[in-house]
Amino acid sequence: MKISNSKKIHENIAIIFMWGAMLIVFGLVISVIWTVFSKGMKAMSWEMVSSLPGGGFYIGKEGGFLNAIVGSLYIVGASTLLGLLISIPVVFFLNIYLKKGSKLAYAARMAFDVLFGVPSIVYGAFGFTIMIFFGLRTSLLGGIIVITLLIIPIFIRTMDEVTRNFPRDILDASFSLGATRWETLKVVLRQIAPGIATATLLSIGRAIGDAASVMFTAGYTDSIPTSLSQPAATLPLAVFFQLQSPIPEVVDRAYAAALVLTVIVLILSISGRFITNKFSKNKI
Amino acid sequence: MIEIQNLNVYIKDNHILKNVNVTLPEKQITCIIGPSGCGKSTLLRTLNRLIDTTEEVRLEGRIMVDGQDSLGHDAEVTELRRKIGLVSQRPCPLPMSIFDNVAYGCRINKMFKKRRELIYHVRQNLRAVGLLDEIKGRIRTPAARLSIGQQQRLCLARSLAVQPAYILADEATSALDPISAKTVEDLFVKLKEEYSIIMVTHTLRQALRIADNVVFMYLGEIIESGPAEQVFHHPQHELTQKYLAGAFS
Repeated sequence: MKISNSKKIHENIAIIFMWGAMLIVFGLVISVIWTVFSKGMKAMSWEMVSSLPGGGFYIGKEGGFLNAIVGSLYIVGASTLLGLLISIPVVFFLNIYLKKGSKLAYAARMAFDVLFGVPSIVYGAFGFTIMIFFGLRTSLLGGIIVITLLIIPIFIRTMDEVTRNFPRDILDASFSLGATRWETLKVVLRQIAPGIATATLLSIGRAIGDAASVMFTAGYTDSIPTSLSQPAATLPLAVFFQLQSPIPEVVDRAYAAALVLTVIVLILSISGRFITNKFSKNKI
Repeated sequence: MIEIQNLNVYIKDNHILKNVNVTLPEKQITCIIGPSGCGKSTLLRTLNRLIDTTEEVRLEGRIMVDGQDSLGHDAEVTELRRKIGLVSQRPCPLPMSIFDNVAYGCRINKMFKKRRELIYHVRQNLRAVGLLDEIKGRIRTPAARLSIGQQQRLCLARSLAVQPAYILADEATSALDPISAKTVEDLFVKLKEEYSIIMVTHTLRQALRIADNVVFMYLGEIIESGPAEQVFHHPQHELTQKYLAGAFS
């Protein structure tokens, strides 16, 4: 078969573009990881991840940032759980209880789209206003609530997408065996489990990396909070504050904190993929 | 026995089923035939009240299933659906293993207390549709991995497992390859010894092969119904004659 010259040129241009785009993306990913690792490894030590900041930590002396690691995990863990508890019923309501073409569902989806696009600093400011209104100080609870609000739209939109493509025949199949709506929900849950896993991963990624929303609400502290009303440190803020320091050792510690953050996200992503594949096994 | 009396079904402002009166006898195959959009599927979905999930639907009349009105206010819909199994056009296994697909209905209906009984029952029903030997050793693998024909038989086994009295089949063989279609069709013939089968079909030849009774529908109305022999060979109504002659479909 003979291909005309102009077609060959078109094809080559397309290939060049595709390769170019791919190289840019790969280059970016590698350079980000390289920067974080090369700079972070300088200050990285067992002490960094296993101890609280000592007396002169912020001028380059002893201690680590365990406070920020634990604080981040507390906030992300609690808000992911809360987010799931709130989002799953909403998604079920939108897709199973409300009939197709419902105006309420349309309005709700629109609202979640808007919330999805709201910058996290606005959530932070909103949370801050509410906390002032109730006379609350910066606290673990404040951080958890604001991060939950931040990730609920992500949860709902991602899960909603999966649930909407859900084969309705499964509902009929379950109903026609004499199942109630509640029993059918459990079947639906199995089918959309991979979607829930993906949504959770996306949400955790956003929650753990966000600095703006926790700045006013969770605050920052050198200790690990022992109750919901105490302030909590977070990894993004550990990066943010230390990066501003004029002392090179402290800046390196910012990168070490960034390294820990990156590694946590990587571990979550990889194990998440693994879990998703396991869940997808039975998917129709 | 199912007796449909003065059934009218409206969806939004459309009058889908118009004054349907028919009796569906027990332990026979009743084939519902008619051109597309004549209300065959709606009629099936009304029988097990799956129509309830449709938006803005209004039902009038009575459907007496073994002497009880299934459209009445006190009708137990879940029990009705257990009693009237459905095999749909495209097989739709549930997102679980082959075993769990069949066990699902038994579990929700709390049919067995002992696990051993459940396992026995599931295997029995898989054997009844000829799947047990084909899937030897794969009973715990995802149902989605079966071929389409096997999936359809799995769906049939799943319906049988909850011990229904009636089986509704909505063009249950039309999405299958010829060999699987033949297998499923033969199964229905065998099953009529124990179950009453109500089958919507688009293939007249299939109806000719297996029907004991035929209901011919046109534009939401029942034009003619009766024993297959009579409807096929001595149709009373002009529309039936035309349809059987292939004047429209």
